[in-house]
Formats: sequence, structure tokens, C-alpha cells
Amino acid sequence: MLKGMQIEARQSYAFMARNFNLVKRYWGWEVVWLAYSIANALSVTFIGAGAGEITGQDNINTDFLITYLLIGTLVWHFLSGTFNVISEMIAWERWEGTIEYTLMAPVRRYNQIFGQAAFAVVYILLFTATIGLVVSSFFDLDLSEADLLGALVILLAGSLSFVGIGVVASILPLLYPERGAQMTNIVQAVFLLVSGVYYPVSVLPDWLQTISKLSPATYVLAGMRAALLPGTSDQSLWSYVAPLLLMGVVMLPLGIHLFQRAERYTKRTGKLKRNG
Amino acid sequence: MVNEGNREPQYKRVTKELQISPDEPALVVSHVYKRFNVASDPWWRRLLPARGAQNGAPEPENVNGNGKSLKARRGKELVTAVNDVSFTVQRREIFGVLGPNGSGKSTLIRLLSTLLVPDEGEIKVFGLDVVKDEMMVKRLINRVSVEAAFFKKLSPQENLLYGARLYGLAGKEADRKARVILKRLGLKESSYSAPMEDMSRGMQQKVAIARAFLTQPILLLLDEPTTGLDPRSKLEVQAVINELRDDHDATILITTHDMNEADALCDRIAIIDDGKIVALDTPENLKKSIRRNGHEPTLEEVFMTLTGKELIEKDDIEGYQPEKILAD
Repeated sequence: MLKGMQIEARQSYAFMARNFNLVKRYWGWEVVWLAYSIANALSVTFIGAGAGEITGQDNINTDFLITYLLIGTLVWHFLSGTFNVISEMIAWERWEGTIEYTLMAPVRRYNQIFGQAAFAVVYILLFTATIGLVVSSFFDLDLSEADLLGALVILLAGSLSFVGIGVVASILPLLYPERGAQMTNIVQAVFLLVSGVYYPVSVLPDWLQTISKLSPATYVLAGMRAALLPGTSDQSLWSYVAPLLLMGVVMLPLGIHLFQRAERYTKRTGKLKRNG
Repeated sequence: MVNEGNREPQYKRVTKELQISPDEPALVVSHVYKRFNVASDPWWRRLLPARGAQNGAPEPENVNGNGKSLKARRGKELVTAVNDVSFTVQRREIFGVLGPNGSGKSTLIRLLSTLLVPDEGEIKVFGLDVVKDEMMVKRLINRVSVEAAFFKKLSPQENLLYGARLYGLAGKEADRKARVILKRLGLKESSYSAPMEDMSRGMQQKVAIARAFLTQPILLLLDEPTTGLDPRSKLEVQAVINELRDDHDATILITTHDMNEADALCDRIAIIDDGKIVALDTPENLKKSIRRNGHEPTLEEVFMTLTGKELIEKDDIEGYQPEKILAD
């Protein structure tokens, strides 16, 4: 049994090591992407800094607004990054032409997804932390009363459900070799719209507010703001973590189940061999 | 014809939970069919008189193994890529599958390697069903395809360690073995850590072969493994294939367009055309089957004769009369 677990751990590690090797080999692209992400995060947070001048009002708490927007941009970077790495796990293999080789190997899908998810969480967390440190250095932010540990717990709980949603989205490149990868962008766009990344969900029309309740990002963002901006919420952190864990417990097995069904379908119809 | 050697079979016990009888054939393919729905003519073209049906002959009907009629999906055409294929490969045999382009060789290899599910029939690898016991079959096999599929930015070392870990090998052990195999295949030490994209197609193919050998499969599926290799490299690969069979008890199924390679390597050869096996025997017997007037045929002539595609001679071109063919 121990031997079997060791083999399964090696299989998951294979995906982690491969992805870190890819990051190492594409380091130029990673530097460009980091610079773009920092510029993007700064652009959003400077809106907070300029709020007084934009509206002509002096009594706006710009520090609060900057932190509010910074949390939004960093959390969104982390969640969308995790989602991308998971949802593109099949798309990468199609681009490289390795999909048949990987799916022919004696690897259970949950080991593959575990390896891919572990890489995504570790790598994107480091990436996001770097952006956060650089952007924070531009502003004089006071996080002395922030609950950093609570924020980390919420972020990790949120990543669980985003991994599950990413697995479901990764079915698209499996089923649609030519356009599947682009289709996953629609899923991401809906989350960006309804989850309150840069604004409170309460400003959305009622029907969009209803949809926002189904998005794990809504709870992550609200929970992170409650943890890092004390006094903005009277709810306990658990009230944000509980729905996230529930969504994760449902989405992850559901994602793996749907993925396995899609894999069987592609093997029946011969869709594996075409490169997108 | 199967090279049995003098040693006891080494793979009675492949893993703790997987026991294999040494008497079990390596591969049993029985009455396998695989059909695909492929894009057909657009609807407006289908309204026009059918091309190639001048005599009012009906379109060939697709039926399954029990004679039941099959329908293509809307707007698609049903193509039978593998049509009632049956054969058995004994352990430690090198079994060749020859056929023209599009004859169903690669589809057959994909069916054997669990990348496709057969529509009908059964495929057993050492007694294990490729559909029901998929995960166990995967542990026993590996495949080299005609396209060397790799992460091109990664080095052979990174690609091989990735592949080996998928099969449960430890990194250090895989690294040591990979270096030995690549040296055996004539790959320079300096190429081991350079990106794959900087390597020639032939060198990439050698790394693909090393990747499959690394996991020591007991059934190795080789889909045109030496395509793109120079003559010396071909010989090196052929020597390693023989070595894998002789020293590691592997059974090998190989498809190739190189008739000399098939003649030199294979214990038996199946010739496949339009998804059907049209001949199956030892290379010697296949040649005997078309021997006429004391002429000793080559395997290439056997291939041309049995697939109905004779070599075009100079006389054929000079005597070509399209009007006569149309009148016939």
C-alpha cells in the first residue's frame, strides 16, 4: 500500500515538476507577464488614489479605497490564475501534441489534477505575493489590524472550489480541440462580472446579484476584505469559509467525474488525436 | 518463429496486484471494429447527382459485425477504420503491421494503447481487457508514435523524467537509465539538457524511443518508430528493439513503411488494407505466397500485390489509355 502511495505521489509530482520546468524555460515570458500584472494592478489601485480628484470631493477615504481595489485585483489575479492553470491543463497538452502520451500513462485523473492544482496554488500564490509587495510599496497602507492568517485561510478555501470549476472548464479543450481553450474565457468573464472584484456586489442588478451567490469568488473577496479591512463586516470568517468549503467539496469530485466522462467520450469518438 | 530463448519468463509478476501467466498470449485482438463519423459533403452538394455512382449502384452500407445497419451522425459520413480485425501475438514475438497510408494501422495502435475504445470486439493484453482493465493494461504497455510528442522547450532530461514519473519511476533511477539508453541510441551527452526544439527530427525520435524503453513495457507498440531516421540510426533502433525482446522479455508490435526493416525485425507480419487484414504470416511464407516462375519476390512486392497497388512500370505509363478505362 505504501509503495502504491509512493507511486501515486511521484505521478502527481511529475506534473508539478514539469510545470516548474516549463516556467523555468519560459522565464522571459514570465518576467513580461509579471511586469504586465504589476502595471495592471497599479492602474486599478491608482483609481483609488485619484478618487478625490475624479469626484471633486475631499472627504473620500482614499487609503481605504486603495486597499479595497488592491485586494480585488490581487484576489482576482490569484483565483483567475489558478483557474487558468487548471482549465488549460488539456489545452497545453494539445498545443504541445503530448495529450495522447499523458492520457496513455497509468495515471489516475485525480493524481494528475492534484499535481496540476498543487503547482497552480504554489506558483500563483508566489506570483500574486510579488505583485502585492511591489504595488504596496507605491502606497502607505496600514495593515496593522489585518487578519493575515484568516485571509490566507479564505484564499486557500476559495482555491479548492476554483480548482473544481477549472477541472470542469478543462473539459472544453478536451471536447472541442479547435476552440475549447477560448471557451474557458467566457467562464472567467462571468466570474469577473458577478463576484464583486472591483465594486460591491450590491451595485449589480438583482438578477446578477442572484448569480453572484453561486460564485465562490464572491465569498473569497468578501471574506478577504473582512479580514484585511477590519470594521467592514460584522460576520465571522467562518461564514465565508463554510460556503467555500461546501462548493469545493461539491465541485471537485463533480469536476473529476465529468472529466472522466468526457475523456471516455473522446476515446469513443477519436477526438484525442487532433491538435488544436 | 517466435524467439523463445533459453531463459525462464521474467514477468510472471509485474506488480504486487498484477499476476500474469507466462502461457498467456501477449495480445489477442478478436473481431475488432472502429468507426468514425467524419465530415461529409455539405447538404447542397448531396442534392447533386452522386459522383462515382454512374451505374445507379447504391452507396456501400455500413453494417456492424452482426449485420445490423449503422447510421452516421447528421451531416457526417461513417468510415470504418478498423474492420473485423483479429490476430494473436505470442509473448516475445516481434509482430509487424504493414499497410498503405490510411489503412487503419495507427487506429489499431491507438485501440491497443487505450487511446480509443473499440466499437465492437475485444482486445486483451496478457489476458487483461483494454476497456475493463484499462489502468492495468496501461502499466504493461508503452507506445512510440510517428510524431515525437514532447514539450519542445524542455530538454530530453526533463521530458524523460516527466514520462518516467508518470509510470511511477523515481527521478534518480530514471535519470540513470535514460542516460544509458540515450547513449546506446547514439545521442550525445551534451544534448541531454538542451531544449528539444534545438534537436533534429531524428534525434527527437530517438528520445521518444528512449522514453518508451525507459518504462520497460512488456508490450511495446511502435508506430513507424524509425520514420525520419538516417540508415545508421535505424539500425541502432532495430538493435535496441531486438535487445528489448531478448533481454527484457518484451513483446513488440511495430508498424512501418520500411519493408527491409519489417523483413529484418518481424517474426510475423499482418498486411492491412482498408481496415482489414488481407494477409498474416511469416515474412518467408508471405514471399512464398506470391512466388512465380522462380522469381524470388521481395516483401515490397508482397505488399504491393496484397494491397492491390502494384508498382507502376514504365510500360504502364506508355500504354495508359484513359478512354479504354472509362469504356470498361
